[in-house]
Amino acid sequence: MVVDARKITTDERLAALTLPSGGGWLGAARKNALGRLQAVGLPTRRDEYWRYTNPAPFNRATPAQGAGGPGEDPFAGMDAYVITIDGDALDLPDGAPDGVEINTLSQAAEADIHWARDLYATLEAAGSRPVSRPFAMLNSAFATGGLAIRVTGPVARPIHIRTIGGTDPILHHLIKVDADASVTVLESGSAGARSNIVTEVDVADTAAFHHIRMQGPDATQQIDTHLFARLGRRATFKSFTLSANVQLTRNEAILEIVGDDASAHVGGAAFGRGDFHHDDTVFVTHGALNGESRQVFKKVLRDGATGVFQGKILVREGAQKTDGYQISQALLLDDDAQFLAKPELEIYADDVACSHGSTTGAIDETALFYLRSRGVPKRVATDLLVLSFMAEAVEEIADEDLRAHIGAVLADWLSRH
Amino acid sequence: MLTIKNLHVKLEDEDKQILRGIDLTVPAGEVHAVMGPNGSGKSTLSYVLAGRGGYEVTEGEAHLGDVDLLDIEPEERAAAGLFLAFQYPVEIPGVGNMTFLRTAVNAQRKARGEEELSAGEFLKVIRAKAKDLKIDAEMLKRPVNVGFSGGEKKRNEILQMAMLEPKMCILDETDSGLDVDAMKLVSEGVNALRDPNRGFLVITHYQRLLDHIKPDVVHIMAGGRIIKSGGPELAIEVEVNGYADILEGTS
Ligand SMILES: Nc1ncnc2c1ncn2[C@@H]1O[C@H](COP(=O)(O)OP(=O)(O)O)[C@@H](O)[C@H]1O
Ligand SMILES: [Mg+2]
Repeated sequence: MVVDARKITTDERLAALTLPSGGGWLGAARKNALGRLQAVGLPTRRDEYWRYTNPAPFNRATPAQGAGGPGEDPFAGMDAYVITIDGDALDLPDGAPDGVEINTLSQAAEADIHWARDLYATLEAAGSRPVSRPFAMLNSAFATGGLAIRVTGPVARPIHIRTIGGTDPILHHLIKVDADASVTVLESGSAGARSNIVTEVDVADTAAFHHIRMQGPDATQQIDTHLFARLGRRATFKSFTLSANVQLTRNEAILEIVGDDASAHVGGAAFGRGDFHHDDTVFVTHGALNGESRQVFKKVLRDGATGVFQGKILVREGAQKTDGYQISQALLLDDDAQFLAKPELEIYADDVACSHGSTTGAIDETALFYLRSRGVPKRVATDLLVLSFMAEAVEEIADEDLRAHIGAVLADWLSRH
Repeated sequence: MLTIKNLHVKLEDEDKQILRGIDLTVPAGEVHAVMGPNGSGKSTLSYVLAGRGGYEVTEGEAHLGDVDLLDIEPEERAAAGLFLAFQYPVEIPGVGNMTFLRTAVNAQRKARGEEELSAGEFLKVIRAKAKDLKIDAEMLKRPVNVGFSGGEKKRNEILQMAMLEPKMCILDETDSGLDVDAMKLVSEGVNALRDPNRGFLVITHYQRLLDHIKPDVVHIMAGGRIIKSGGPELAIEVEVNGYADILEGTS
């Protein structure tokens, strides 16, 4: 008899989960997602899409270990509207900024008519073709909580989603940015020993979405995230993630440009040592004219740490004048660390400019000596060169103050690393 | 101040001897020039003194005051008062010139047990010194040496030197790539630092820098040795006759 490992894994995982109660539109969407998950099954190491990252820790029925503490707040002191998700407890504090309406997912589910209905699992399902994303399907089926954020105008203060506590949270956020509206969403916190977070972002014509996510530092955590976005005409999407010493991270970004003249940027800076494993998997689809996309990812790895980058730019037929850029680079601070990169271009239009590059390098000894000859100790000099290496990714943050803030947090995390 | 005795240096990974017994003493308050044809080992001497990897000292010693230079890390040599202005200053993208300098100044102060400079104090000092070297605020903000012209890089080296106030300054071909105006600026910057308690070792291929920075002693280096030492007139002799005569005279 042939033992189907995928089926066994899927059955075991599903046996440990129960569909949250409640019918309505959310219940229907959950059942639909479960059906799609059962059809494809959970991934195995043999799947091409999981060749560099072992999905086993995400497949386990329960997380392998306990959670660390909530971790520090990297946005402390910043003027933001903070929503704290502590385990399953989610209270929306007063004082939401103008231009935004926020519901919890369960509030949205209680309404028969709610905009969230048209977004929930929609981008996730669309983004699961041509590559299936089983953990996102699992999330759509079993999400225990989340936020539904509707942005109706320019929002002055950033919205900070701080996720702490819980053991194995599955969170699903929906963000809809209306025409001409704009918002900055910040994310931080060490939720659970393992967390699965899906965020679906609908950026309407001429709308702008900015996103900065901080993962870590130093969390004994397994994080699996999916960021789905759809961009309308002249829409702007910009997401940046700083990640430090989280044990296992798979961050997927699935961006689809459907309106002309839109711009989608996604970037990240990650550093870690030891059993640190960080995977950035990106899929950008250009389906309209004159689209511009950038993927800028930097990783600094030492003591056996592993970095993964799988990045794809797909230019559909007719998506002329597309400008797609992709760079993934790793700085290996010793011989044990490794970086695995799979950059891909798939282009069906003839008038496009797409480029990609991937490099792996060691610290520049000449630069290190230069700094040390000025009296900078080796460790500090190494940190400065790491910052130098990361700079191109941090530059992706559009807002000057936020960029300076993240630069300072990065320097601080490094110095304690 | 700087005492080098019988220094022999080879490449670490290759059987190639570069310095073959250098003896050189630079007392405090003096400026010594080292001249010599390309490939004679001038840069190697400066690198070995500053602690760059890739070289192996097979014999000899080097002291700054009573500090055994060859025994300590590059950053410790810097904190002890050694400074090397690089022949080719290094570009460091993403690290602001000012951040770099403040990190360096405070690291040295910390190593010496002195109090670190506050951001405000540091700014005051650097602004004044940068002005003398015609380095504007924009250049201070830019990443270290990135997009700097040859002259700007060299001026930036002198600014670092002025900020770090070393005891012993080694300048490796600081004149290369400079036009007349930049040469004047750099020389003025160096001359402003001349001090009875400070020594200079000025490495140069050409005599012209020495018109601006007047040396007390000139050494001629060839084949990894100092083959002749003398007064400033020795530099003029090189300028007029080239190195050939001197080389022949000693061989
Ligand atoms: N790291 C190195 N690798 C290989 N050869 C070197 C290295 N450093 C110096 N050399 C060689 O040593 C000799 C002296 O070089 P250098 O010290 O740069 O001379 P100078 O500065 O007087 O022109 C040259 O032959 C040069 O090629
Ligand atoms: Mg040289």
